Amino acid sequence: MAHTHEHGRDHDHDHDHGAPHRHPPRADHDDRPVSYYQVMTTAVFELLIEKGVVTAAEVRSNIEAMDGRTPEQGARVVARAWSDPAFRGRLLADGTAACQELGIEMGPTRLVVVENTDQVHNLVVCTLCSCYPRMVLGRPPDWYKSRAYRSRAVREPRAVLAEFGTRLGDGVTVRVHDSTADMRYLVLPRRPAGTQGWSEEKLARLVTRDSMIGVAEASEAAAL
Amino acid sequence: MRAHHDMGGLPAGPVEATEHDYLLWEKRVDALMMLLSDRKRQLLRVDQLRRGIEQLGSDAYDRMTYYERWIASITHNMLERGVFTSDELGRKMAEVETRLAAEREPRG
Repeated sequence: MAHTHEHGRDHDHDHDHGAPHRHPPRADHDDRPVSYYQVMTTAVFELLIEKGVVTAAEVRSNIEAMDGRTPEQGARVVARAWSDPAFRGRLLADGTAACQELGIEMGPTRLVVVENTDQVHNLVVCTLCSCYPRMVLGRPPDWYKSRAYRSRAVREPRAVLAEFGTRLGDGVTVRVHDSTADMRYLVLPRRPAGTQGWSEEKLARLVTRDSMIGVAEASEAAAL
Repeated sequence: MRAHHDMGGLPAGPVEATEHDYLLWEKRVDALMMLLSDRKRQLLRVDQLRRGIEQLGSDAYDRMTYYERWIASITHNMLERGVFTSDELGRKMAEVETRLAAEREPRG
């Protein structure tokens, strides 16, 4: 079962958390000692090959396929929904089927797309683990899997949003969606003002990963 | 009682917007999970992966990184199913460790 938590104004926090703290990607770990679990990974990988359970080629092509799943895929979906009202309707009715139209396979999971409006802002979390629309957005960022995000997103979403530099008006309702193993959520952000007549390709460049998780809005038209 | 992985709504510190490029061994863990759980193999289900992760003690759960928890659970599940034995795993891990140590020896 998925849970949707509604948060009204009483959860609003107006204190300043400042800009989000961005960290550069971790440096390559080649100079560090190999950890116990890295050794375990190599051992299990080789045992499974020796036992004929998987082949090295299957593992390699799976990694390549996963590397190819990036937020640009999700951005294509959002840009199509902004441009084509009929597609938007199908996307909101059945996210899995609509993504299939664009060649994005959800695998065994179901995709539910939730739409931001002037009145409602949606935020996605997985409190129990790390369920994420990985077939659309790729592997999740570290913070999505962190204790801080998983714990607080359902209790004080406005404070969490502020930490990402996202401030919502008092009249905006925040809906937090707790993902499950079988059901993944994707946010359809609001189309930025001043983008009338833009091509889907150009619109897609405004759609960030964070806007599809709901911790941010899509970039402004002036960003391009 | 609330289990340690069930943290929704608990107090916690600020969200540090961290991310890193996944390393090859982490991608490999991810790929093994997807392959072992696919229709062809059906050796591991997502809920079994989660059970293995949730059974880690709370100390281990907090100390280990994300894909460390995954490989610990995948390994536990494969041992349970008898895909390989703990003897085979122990021998293979020793062999891998020796090989990696040799690769790291500074070359003259």
